[in-house]
Amino acid sequence: MVPITILHYLIVAAGLFVLGVVGVLTRRNVVIILMSIELILNAVNLNLVAFSRLWGLHGQVFAIFVITDAAAEAAVGLGILIAFFRNKETVNVDEVDLLKW
Amino acid sequence: MLDYVTSYLKSNTTPGQAGNLLWAFIYIILIFLGLSVAVIAMNWLERKILAHMQVRLGPMRVGPHGLLQPIADAIKLLIKEDIMPAEADKSVFWIAPVLVVITAFTTFIVVPFGPTHAVTDMNIGVLFMLGVSSLSVLGIVMAGWASNSHYPLIGALRSSAQMVSYEIAMGLAVVAAVLMTSLHGVGLYGVAHGAVGDGTLSMIDIVKAQQDQHAWFIFKFFPLGLIAFFIFAVAMVAETNRAPFDLPEAESELTAGFHTEYSGFRWSLFFLAEYSAMIAVSSIAVTLWLGGWLRPFATWLTGETWDLVFSLFPAATFLLLALIAIVGTLRMPKHPYFRVQTIGLAGFAAVLALIGIVLLMPPVRDRIQDIYWFSLKVAGFMYLYIWYRGTFPRYRFDQLMRVGWKVLLPVGLGVLILTAIVGVLL
Amino acid sequence: MTPVATPFFFYLLSSLALLGGILVITRKNAVHSALALILTLLALAGLYLMLYAPFVAGVQIILYAGGIMVLFLFVIMLVSIEKSQREEQFNKQWIAGLVAAVALGALFVRVFVKSKALHDLAGMHPAQLPEQSNTQEIAVYLYGNYMLAFEIASLLLLVAIIGAVVMAKKRI
Repeated sequence: MVPITILHYLIVAAGLFVLGVVGVLTRRNVVIILMSIELILNAVNLNLVAFSRLWGLHGQVFAIFVITDAAAEAAVGLGILIAFFRNKETVNVDEVDLLKW
Repeated sequence: MLDYVTSYLKSNTTPGQAGNLLWAFIYIILIFLGLSVAVIAMNWLERKILAHMQVRLGPMRVGPHGLLQPIADAIKLLIKEDIMPAEADKSVFWIAPVLVVITAFTTFIVVPFGPTHAVTDMNIGVLFMLGVSSLSVLGIVMAGWASNSHYPLIGALRSSAQMVSYEIAMGLAVVAAVLMTSLHGVGLYGVAHGAVGDGTLSMIDIVKAQQDQHAWFIFKFFPLGLIAFFIFAVAMVAETNRAPFDLPEAESELTAGFHTEYSGFRWSLFFLAEYSAMIAVSSIAVTLWLGGWLRPFATWLTGETWDLVFSLFPAATFLLLALIAIVGTLRMPKHPYFRVQTIGLAGFAAVLALIGIVLLMPPVRDRIQDIYWFSLKVAGFMYLYIWYRGTFPRYRFDQLMRVGWKVLLPVGLGVLILTAIVGVLL
Repeated sequence: MTPVATPFFFYLLSSLALLGGILVITRKNAVHSALALILTLLALAGLYLMLYAPFVAGVQIILYAGGIMVLFLFVIMLVSIEKSQREEQFNKQWIAGLVAAVALGALFVRVFVKSKALHDLAGMHPAQLPEQSNTQEIAVYLYGNYMLAFEIASLLLLVAIIGAVVMAKKRI
């Protein structure tokens, strides 16, 4: 068995990142798009924590800040979603076209 | 192989830290068994103690003094029909009680019954327990949602709002206690010469800090430890949805709240999770403020004789219980219908007396000390839970939220700031 | 702490994380997606524990799985989804999106295979970080070097709270 190195964790993080990107680019439901963004942020976190294993605790501190920012962004994003849902009874992104020509 | 088993016994750490899977597994099995026995005992004790507080007798028929009532309840729950509501979301409906039980049991990984009697000792012990118990909110929300009916949904939303609000007050009280592990004062306010290291989140190290500072944190910095303990004690009752904060599962208002649509075995999982969560948060309170496994008066009553006296307490407890059971046997009605019950109760008394005598032997006596004092303090908290249920009327939901946000949160912040100021000044 | 059965736990946790990720982006029902995301978050917390980062794992469980996901579930329950479950799930440009994601994946693969620096890194034996003092050392960094970032993060959270409340109110 190959001993588990940092590269293994980086590959998992890259896989999660690509899955998140697919979710953001192809889904219509706003909530699922927001969840895919959370997947992307988690992939970045895994990357940071994996590298902090080699280079000191700075990566872990950064990861904590990323989690804090993800919380703030999720709260505001969901607030916007609720405000929009109250106007137009839909959660699909491609129906958000009030400003379209 | 054999020295894999015995090498752990010579080490001075928990099985998780020693990396010994077999012993970790054995400890986990012991925790499962202990929790099951505790939940069964809590069921019987709750009904009997509530009944006696309300000047009635409680279950008396199923077994002598209702001692077999929990077993009858368990059999009834297991053979009940398993109903799923019509439009319910099947997978979410199935997974909700499983999630709640898993989170309730996972918190016991870090609960320390003694300096080496925990499954493992994580660096983030307290943080882990608070975090995993906050996962149970997810299970409750899913249970209410998947039932596809009004009362469970309202009950689940109220219950989750309540649990999230009181988690904050719990967290602030916990931070105040964790702060005390690294601060030291003078005299009653701590020991100036005591060994004080860095602060720590690890459960075992918190108890060791109380041991080194010769003061339980409930008495440290006099009113501050006590106020932090009160905040945690109130918040933990609200966190576990118990009276007087049990509006979400109140039978008279919401027809059992989020677990209305669950029957049989699934309901018993919620029940099991609720009592396990009660024991878990009581363990946090005992570890952080009441000195964990330390015996009372460890600094005022020291010396060989006092150690011996306190080491006789476990045996004395069981012998006292055996005495009560024997008195109960003698007072049983002398009628042929009661013959089986009398024999059963006498047998129970004999088992208790046997355990008491086993605990008198020196090798067992020395090892059982830590576990006994920890369990005794947690049992005290269980009695408090039952007492609250029998005494206080229920809070209305807006009053409940007001207490959580406008009373406990500011007082918690004040205690935290004052603890820091007092600790730095002294 | 002595590590036990590292490859087994690594493969188990990373396959759970990737499975959760796949389920998030493919489920019709938003509640199922949220549950799959919780699975991913908990698996990642396990991976952080394996990387000798217990504090980040604890913060992930409390904040992400126990806080943000509750927020998501509340909003999903508030926004009715029965109608949206029967609608078309993937948007009109899904092919272009998939091509872009595959291109990104190919870029990652090429970087991992070709880069010498990454392979040197992988060869480095990671230092056994002391685990018993992880929280204390993070605290030294957080309240020392990164104090400004800490204060700005608290300001950001305040702004986010006010913003979310104002957005979701019916009548300002």
